[in-house]
Amino acid sequence: MTVLSADALLEVRGLQTWFPIRSGVLRRVNGAVRAVDGVDLTVYPGETLALVGESGCGKTTVGRTLLRLVEPTGGNIWFGGVNLTRLSRDAFRPYRQKMQIVMQDPGAALDPRLTVRDTIAEGMDAFGLGANAEQRTQRVADLMRRVSLDPELMWRYPHEFSGGQRQRISIARALAVEPVLLICDEATSALDVSIQAQILNLLGELKAERKLTYLFITHDLGVVRYFADRVAVMYLGRIVELGRTERVFAEPAHPYTKALLASIPSLDPERRGVKPMALGDVPSPSRPPSGCHFHPRCAVRLATCSRYDPPVMPLRDGFSRCVLTPDAEASQPDRADIAMATSSKSYSADGTTEPQP
Amino acid sequence: MSTPLLAVENLVLTFPGEGGRVAVVDKVSLAIGRGETLALVGESGCGKSLTALAIMRLLPKPGRIEASSRIEFDGRNLLELSVPEMRSIRGGAIGMIFQEPMTSLNPVTSVGQQVLEAVLLHEKVSRRAARERVIELFQMVGIPDPGARFGAYPHQLSGGLKQRVMIATAMAMRPRLLIADEPTTALDATIRAQILELLRQLSATTGTAVLLITHDFGVVNEIADRVAVMYAGMIVEEGTRRDLLGQPRHPYAQGLLKSIPRPEARGGRLEEIKGVVPRPGRWPPACRFAPRCPSAFDRCRAELPHRTEVSPSQGAWCHLVEYEVHA
Repeated sequence: MTVLSADALLEVRGLQTWFPIRSGVLRRVNGAVRAVDGVDLTVYPGETLALVGESGCGKTTVGRTLLRLVEPTGGNIWFGGVNLTRLSRDAFRPYRQKMQIVMQDPGAALDPRLTVRDTIAEGMDAFGLGANAEQRTQRVADLMRRVSLDPELMWRYPHEFSGGQRQRISIARALAVEPVLLICDEATSALDVSIQAQILNLLGELKAERKLTYLFITHDLGVVRYFADRVAVMYLGRIVELGRTERVFAEPAHPYTKALLASIPSLDPERRGVKPMALGDVPSPSRPPSGCHFHPRCAVRLATCSRYDPPVMPLRDGFSRCVLTPDAEASQPDRADIAMATSSKSYSADGTTEPQP
Repeated sequence: MSTPLLAVENLVLTFPGEGGRVAVVDKVSLAIGRGETLALVGESGCGKSLTALAIMRLLPKPGRIEASSRIEFDGRNLLELSVPEMRSIRGGAIGMIFQEPMTSLNPVTSVGQQVLEAVLLHEKVSRRAARERVIELFQMVGIPDPGARFGAYPHQLSGGLKQRVMIATAMAMRPRLLIADEPTTALDATIRAQILELLRQLSATTGTAVLLITHDFGVVNEIADRVAVMYAGMIVEEGTRRDLLGQPRHPYAQGLLKSIPRPEARGGRLEEIKGVVPRPGRWPPACRFAPRCPSAFDRCRAELPHRTEVSPSQGAWCHLVEYEVHA
């Protein structure tokens, strides 16, 4: 899978992020946590791509590796056609402006010693946006109004705000440097449901207004189903299924996706009784099972699943990494179709797509 | 319902605040029948966890249960019991499980030993018999290879297994009431489904009543028989699971359910509840939801609503519902 799509914003191929395990007095490396273990991912401009999975599957590490907050141990990341993994720290700087992140716990993500004004303006200072301090303050006020915060409060400190308000501050801070891609890592997971609705609505509005692209990292399948155009399901460091949200939820192809979807409780009082499918617990990413990482928990595994890495079986709208992928042959990959699938709804509609070089 | 297993009446919990004590839970009444599962639902700060702690008489200082309150369990007023009497009820007739199993387990003792101590504390049996009972309990809560897990330490177990150990500990005493405070919130989806299945099964086979504290309506739908929704220290609506999930009447309960992202809402806006939950001490004098309520009218800002019976199983504390029902 080294064919690059001309219209992709972000292209990830074979991404690997292993963390060394050291032990003994000499702190010798005697193993690795394979947090990300061969991830292929394409993000198209204007879409919301969700990266879902349970704790420890590596979804957060993917996001952090894209921003080079941790360095990849293998693979390549192209952003607008430039291979980011080959860039020096200095050459990477402009991309740090184009890609911003909003994290789960806004309490921990905001510096308690900075006022809201300085928190939001910090990135502008760093990247030289705005002619002078006054202009930047003016821009902070505009951004605060946009995320429904009273600009009068810009001289206060983060602890004086509620969780939902702090998440608004984080969003304003990310937007201040005019990013192209916003990585939302469990951005609404710590919020109460009524506040989560406010933040999701805000993110939806901002995306439309500013032509943003979202990589939405979450464990919440309800949010994914509501918010994402496409979804990538991760399990133990790998993407096991990728496709359009409607299709993945209606006809999941991978046994893990099926188990995950079957475990969501319904809100319909006439439908009760989730079916816990996958048995046992998630194995450790430091000793992932041989062959298909999911095989020890899989209900339909074959004898060969423990021996061979599962092939990437193409689907009409993505892929499934499972030998038992239904109709894989019938639906040959069609790249144009994949691009269409993602573009038609989200960004061609407003007619302002910027073609990527 | 004949005499309920647990009847909480007029529960008022106060903490010191600006200018005197502030009620954080205000005149809450609820009842749980034998073998029944009641879910107490609400957003952070609504007082649901404090209510559960007060029932166990574990309200953190400087919190206080006010004198008007009554907590009757199996015919006894828990607020009148001595400290040793209360201690034998906790972990005896009333068991508890919490959200974070790691902080509730002792990290330096094997999990089998911890459950064993709980068994020995309440039952006059030999260590050998107690050990067998622990393995039986581990089997009951679905811990694979229970004999081998007996010697495992908490850090060697996954979150799901630790929660199973907690449930085994709570079930060791054959409690009549299990208080479960966000028991699945810290767990992953596939593990949460397993624990919900386990709780449902345990309550059906042992006849244990459950007081479930949660913010998650999906969890409510899975295991609750009845539901009480709390807002700003008060119950605003109660009813059966079908009542609350199918036809909620209080605007807060309605708003809460509508703000959950659902597939039907794709491509559109989610319904929001405007504003934020007011802090204790800043609660509006009449209906506490009035400032955020899309249907509030003058009376809502002047007078605290009483319970309006919507049906024999459902009631709501709302002036609008009162008009609708009596119209």
